[in-house]
Amino acid sequence: MSNVDLSVNIGKLKLQNPVMLASGTVGYGNEISQFTDLSKIGAIITKSVSLKPRKGNPPQRIVETSSGMLNAIGLANVGVEQFILEKIPFLREVNSTLICNIAASSIEEYVECLKILDGQDIIKGFEINVSCPNVKEGGLVYGNDVSAVGKITEKVRAVTDKLLIIKLSPNTAHVSDFALVAKKEGADAVSAINTLVGTAFDIYTRKPKIKNITGGLSGPAIKPVALAKVLEISRKVDIPIIGIGGIMNWQDAVEFMICGATAVQIGTVNFINPNAGIEIIQGLQEYCTKMKMQSISELTSSYNLE
Amino acid sequence: MFTEKAVVQFLKPIEQNIYLLKAYSPKISQNIKPGQFCNIKVSDTDFPLLRRPFSICEAEGDCVSFLFNIHGIGTKILSGKREGNEINILGPLGNGFNISGNYDQAVIVAGGLGSAPFPYLINSLDSSKEVLSYVGAQTKTDLVTYKLKSVSISTDDGTAGFKGNVIELLEKQKRLFVKNVKLFGCGPTPMLKALQKFSAENNYECEISTECAMACGFGICQGCPIESTANINSYKLVCKDGPVFNSRDIVL
Repeated sequence: MSNVDLSVNIGKLKLQNPVMLASGTVGYGNEISQFTDLSKIGAIITKSVSLKPRKGNPPQRIVETSSGMLNAIGLANVGVEQFILEKIPFLREVNSTLICNIAASSIEEYVECLKILDGQDIIKGFEINVSCPNVKEGGLVYGNDVSAVGKITEKVRAVTDKLLIIKLSPNTAHVSDFALVAKKEGADAVSAINTLVGTAFDIYTRKPKIKNITGGLSGPAIKPVALAKVLEISRKVDIPIIGIGGIMNWQDAVEFMICGATAVQIGTVNFINPNAGIEIIQGLQEYCTKMKMQSISELTSSYNLE
Repeated sequence: MFTEKAVVQFLKPIEQNIYLLKAYSPKISQNIKPGQFCNIKVSDTDFPLLRRPFSICEAEGDCVSFLFNIHGIGTKILSGKREGNEINILGPLGNGFNISGNYDQAVIVAGGLGSAPFPYLINSLDSSKEVLSYVGAQTKTDLVTYKLKSVSISTDDGTAGFKGNVIELLEKQKRLFVKNVKLFGCGPTPMLKALQKFSAENNYECEISTECAMACGFGICQGCPIESTANINSYKLVCKDGPVFNSRDIVL
């Protein structure tokens, strides 16, 4: 094989490669492991875990749209207690870098959740979901409020020394303001973007196609928006960015890194090709060889705007 | 579960707007059970984005077959496939019908395209079991009776068979059922709901194949929740816990 160095550093965490599997698109790893070798992936981000179990939204939760899909799952998850008992043992076996995504309806709940999970040595970092568009409390309410994001970052930073990533919402005027406050309050990195709020209606029944009325848009449809948000953060704030939004192949991953991402997360594509992560890693390696690069990290923010 | 590049053997219309697609897919064919399904990528581009779920209609030797109608863009593209074309199949997915067990008579209850999983089920049954099939549709041209046995028909508009819905037909015919009968149902949710009620009232053992919009088909997207009777605080998933459930176990 080639001797390209695919490893990247996010804060103090070194990943073997920049491809991570996005929260909410790999569950807790067990199902997708039947299709792909998780030990070869840069990192897995768990489905959002909350303090108590959440049932999630009633059906219909998903609808396909032009080059994308809307989802309103509603943060269905087993809760932190069951997560530790039932999910962590498997995640230990897969030998992949594990980052735990946390969702909450109050600042206290984020802190409580983190305190409980921080002692789990298998968890190498936390991604704080301040931007879920599909729940009534928390989520986007926080994701839209710079001071709330600052406060959450400050409080969770105080209870963990592990890698701390704040997952940002694109449903705001200036995403870089949120990245700036996250950095100021001690976050190690930001991930951008979460889904865009969208809806779809049936023209005969005049009813929304998903029960929650609105959902989060993902898939190739959002890639140009995501790239612009990553570029905006990259030009204004000095913080590692994990690029997310409609990545379907290695070319998309390269484009995100050029626009400022240190690493990327793939989401919707996992539903269609559960081995996409491995294929993207192979593609990145071949690209670096072809471009005579020693290290993939040279790509980050290598945009040429002239 | 695998992803397999399958080669189309043929695609033919078997009714007006109902197609049968047969593909060479040895790994899936040898592992799939009646009532399970596959999630099929109908194109090799990102359009349409998601796979489309289809229940297995037949699995013979190294080939699998699916029955479908043209419902949207995905099935429209699928209907254009020809011998030699490749499709990417992900499967076998979900839990199929429990066909073993102590019953002497299998009653198939299908609405519209809900007949799709039953040729394989009937073919897999122990030959000592009697099969009766009840098939309903809105109108004659929507009836699908492909490879079913001892078929009785109902149409809502009376253009063929009994005039009324298939559960009303069952009600009239239940004198033909033996004591340890087992019902297998698949079709639109209102029909399944009526079948659930009918089975409960008559104390019949009944399994139903449910349906829900989904993205992945194997549990990671969490897109296809279904209410269970055992635990009201969490949903089951149609793709992973179903699509076939004992009719007592779910709330429709």
